[in-house]
Formats: sequence, C-alpha cells, structure tokens
Amino acid sequence: MNTGFLTVYWRDMLRFFRFKTLLISSLVQPALWMAFFGIAMSANFNRLTSEIPPIPGVPSVDYLTYMAAGVIAMTTLFTSLFGGIVLLFDKNWGLMREIFASPLPRNHIIFGIALSGMTKAFVQAVIIMVFGIFLGAAFFAGFTAAETIVSIVGILLFVGVFSLGFLFLSAAISISLESPEGLQGIITLLTMPIFFASNALYPIDAFPPVLQAISVVNPLSHLVNGIRYFAIGDNFQAIGIYYTATPLDIMLSFLLLITFALLMFAFAWWRFQKATVT
Amino acid sequence: MTGTIIEVEGLYHRFGDVAAVDGISFSVNEGEIFSFLGPNGAGKSTAINVLITLLRIQQGRATIAGHDVQRDPQQVRNSIGIVFQDVTLDRDMTCREILEFHGRLYRMPSAERKKRIDELLSLVQLDAKRDVRTKQLSGGMKRRLEIARGLMTRPKVLFLDEPTIGLDPQTRMRMWDYIKAVNDEGTTIFLTTHYMDEADHLSDRISIIDHGRIIATGTPYELKNTLGEDLIYLETTDLQRTRTILSGMSEVKELREKSRGIVAMLAGDGTKILPQIIENLAGGGIRVSVVNLKKPSMDDVFLHFTGRELRDEGAEKPATAVTRAGRR
Repeated sequence: MNTGFLTVYWRDMLRFFRFKTLLISSLVQPALWMAFFGIAMSANFNRLTSEIPPIPGVPSVDYLTYMAAGVIAMTTLFTSLFGGIVLLFDKNWGLMREIFASPLPRNHIIFGIALSGMTKAFVQAVIIMVFGIFLGAAFFAGFTAAETIVSIVGILLFVGVFSLGFLFLSAAISISLESPEGLQGIITLLTMPIFFASNALYPIDAFPPVLQAISVVNPLSHLVNGIRYFAIGDNFQAIGIYYTATPLDIMLSFLLLITFALLMFAFAWWRFQKATVT
Repeated sequence: MTGTIIEVEGLYHRFGDVAAVDGISFSVNEGEIFSFLGPNGAGKSTAINVLITLLRIQQGRATIAGHDVQRDPQQVRNSIGIVFQDVTLDRDMTCREILEFHGRLYRMPSAERKKRIDELLSLVQLDAKRDVRTKQLSGGMKRRLEIARGLMTRPKVLFLDEPTIGLDPQTRMRMWDYIKAVNDEGTTIFLTTHYMDEADHLSDRISIIDHGRIIATGTPYELKNTLGEDLIYLETTDLQRTRTILSGMSEVKELREKSRGIVAMLAGDGTKILPQIIENLAGGGIRVSVVNLKKPSMDDVFLHFTGRELRDEGAEKPATAVTRAGRR
C-alpha cells in the first residue's frame, strides 16, 4: 500500500507542533468558548426556562451540557474549514511544486491534509469534553466505564467523519483559489448558515420552515445529534424540549455525514486533477 | 557519454493565444551539462515545466531517461531532480527535515534516506546547519540546500531553473563549482539561465532560445566560432568607405554596423589581420580613431542570433508575443 499521505501528514503535524502560538490558541480557543459563552448563555437560558414545567419522568439536562455538544461541533467545523488553508500557502509560496512534481499521487495530498485536520479536531474535541465536564457539563452522567468508552468512540467517529467532509471541501477550495483573503471570505460565507441554521446552540423546533429545512440537511445538525446521543443519551429534556433518538436515527445521521464526506472528496479530487501549479 | 537522455521533438506550449514554447526540438546527451540560454520570457521556464511534468504536453513529444513525459509521467518524476527558479523551501522546517520530507515523497527507504541526508549535507557543506530552520539560512545556503534536495533521490537528470539568480558573484562561483562537482559524479544537468557567463562557463552545449524557439545550438566554442574567430571594432573618419574596403578583404567574414563604428567578424587570428586592415584603410586615406580587438563573447553570439542584446531585455512584452503568435 502506498503510504505517501503519511508524508503530508507528518509535515503538517510537524508544523502544528512547531508553531506554539497556533498550537496553544487552537487548544485554548474551544475552552474559552465553553468558559465564556457557555457559562453566560447557560445562566440566561436556565433563568428563562426555569418557568417551563418539566416533562415528568424524563431526565433533564442543563443548558451547559446541552451546548457543550454544540461547541464540540462548532469547533470541529471551524478547524476543518480552515484545515486546507496550508495548501493555499504552499501553492502561493511555490512549495506545492515540489509535491506536484514528485511521484506522490495527488489524492494522497488530500488524504494527508484531511488526516492531520482530523487529528487536530480529535484533540480539540477531547479538550472540550474534559474542560466541559470540569465546568459542570453532565456528559456521560450515570454511564458505566464501558458505556463511557463506547460513547467517546462514538463521538470521535462522528467528529472524524464530519471533519473529513469539511476538510475535503476546504482542500478543494484552497487548491482552486489564488488568495488567502478569498478563502477567508468563502469560509465566512459558508460558516454563517451552517452554524446558525443548526441545532448546535439552540433547538430548531421554533425555526421558520425554510430554516428548518436547511437544518435537516445540515451536516452540523447531524453531528450534534450524534454527539448528544452519545454524550447525554437517547431520552432527555433540555430548555423545555423533549429529545429522543433511536439507534436508527443516529445511523441515518452518520450515513448522511459519510455521504457528505464522499461527495466532498469527489469534489476535492476533481479540483486537484484540474489544478496546475507552476 | 553513452547516448541521449532527453529527447524533445516539436514541442509547443500555448497560454491562450500566446505561444510560450513555439516548436522546439533538441536532445541532451547523457552526462553533459546542457543549457537553455535566453532572456526572461523566452519560454525557458515553460519548457522546463513541461519536461518536469508540471505542465501537460499540449503538442510534441518528449522523453527523459527513456520514459515518455506524456504517457509515463510517474517514471519521469522518479528519474529527475529539480531546483526551481525561486526558493521553494518551507521556512519553518530544518535542513534535515526538508531533505527528509523530500525523501519520503519519493518513498526512499528510511535507512537510505538517513545515509543520503548525511552525504548530501556534507557535499553542500551544510552539516553545521542540519537542525537550523531554513529561514535562518543565507541565500547561497538556501540554494545549496535546494541542490542537495534535487539530488536526494539520485536522479539521472538534474533540472536547474536559473540556479544563481539573485546571488552575489562569489556565491555564484561557488554554486558553479557545486554544479560541476555534481556533474562529475555522473548526473546529467539541464539548466536554464539568462546569464551569458554562466552558460559559457558551465555548459558542454548551449541552446539559445528566444520567443519560444531555439535559434542556435552548439558548444560554447562552436557558437562563438560561428561569428568568426575574432571581432574587431573600428571607428573611422569615413564609415561608408571603411565598409567597402573591409568587405573586399577575404579575412573578413561579416560586417555589422554599430551606432558610431563598425564590427568586423574575422575568419582568422585578429592580431595578425588588424595591422593589415589599418594599412588598407590608411591606403584609402581613412584614419582609424578607435580600435578594439576581442574574442567573441556569448553576448556577441546572442546579439548575432537575435539581433538584440540580452542585458537590456526587461520583461518580455506580452504584445510582441501576441503579434508573433498571430503571425504564425
């Protein structure tokens, strides 16, 4: 088997650990989201929803626990969308020529960058989980050790497949563009609808129909579904909304993420075949 | 020298309407240093980019080390090393890591990679900089590291695109020594340059390229000899009659008018012909005010073939190239 993608992975990881500011900021940033946005919003939501009578017989989770899953999803989205930007820099600084003129198949560049982006997403997801639990998020509450391990694996599977999809997209855009500013613009355009038309920070039940429709096909919503299923359970209430999920629902969400990743890989592959670097 | 290692036939490459490479054919012998000499915008880099598989062949045929560039780019990539025109080093990787990354890209086994890195770092005298990031290297060191990288996989052909551009004179001389040393070890070298002295000093053979075409090919000696053995520059009191007198002499091969004087290309040894010329002119009542005798340089060769001096060449004007393309 050709393991050329590991070469690309190796270099990107080398750079990740070499730039201490990049390393530390990417680790601290999700923790800050939890610490500031989480605690602030949590206080508000808990006050606003304290009037709503709880549904009897359904375990209730507080807002911090509810949104911690959203913060994992959001961080994964941002990290992954920016994960391909190194390709744009490599292209602009001429470094991509060395790689394109080498025997390394082009799809290995995509794999290598995606793998390193996925690794970063995993590290961040774990940090948010640990830090979230430290702040009081009731993740894995009442789980046995075995259940907790299965849940963590489940979360990482969802995070992994989701991040691959957006890393492929990011790689495809990066290899097609000339300027980092353009990439920045496109990513901002993409993040707004993906992030806000999702169930990451609030329920989608009260959305107008159009937003609901977007949310249903939005990969981010499906990632959040998966994380909540594994971290909180298949039967709980939060902010006055009753959440249930069957294993089939979760399977479907996972399938949707896999489909999304495959489509994005096809897109990236096509863009890389087209790309000329001189 | 056991045959040709690069063969190119009828290569064209267009960017839109502009013919950057306009039908070139040439071959490079195994073990030689072969140069493309031409001004910026002549099509040298485009030609090299096609040969190193960064640009797809549009028209024509090229083989490197027996592999067809179009049909078998993978094998071509495995047979060549490349030093690109401008620095292509990751600023934040160390010298060792740069070579390590390259070796991995070409799937060199780990033990061989380590050994090769040691060898090459000492060849280009960068042992001491092994774990230093490339942003801390001087321009010459960067270039040396890039040459080491180009040699990492023991390529049959090393492509050097403008290897000494932007380097100071001493560093250039040292780079030439490295290039010669590499060539002495058996690596064929294909280089592009717009420096006359570089082509002259380094190359076994040179192709002069302009407007995407090869206008002359030969050894530096052959190319200079097409102009005659020596050149004499004269300023006289009567250029018109000087011309008539000189063109009557059998030793004079060709005459070229300059703004204030005339250049005679000679068929023999200038030191012997010059007194005779002065005598003949004096016989015709013409007084010589300035005289200069020299061996032809690559500049003269270039001027002769292209009708313009290389050094006053700025960036190639796109308009000229378009007109040329339109005329074809």
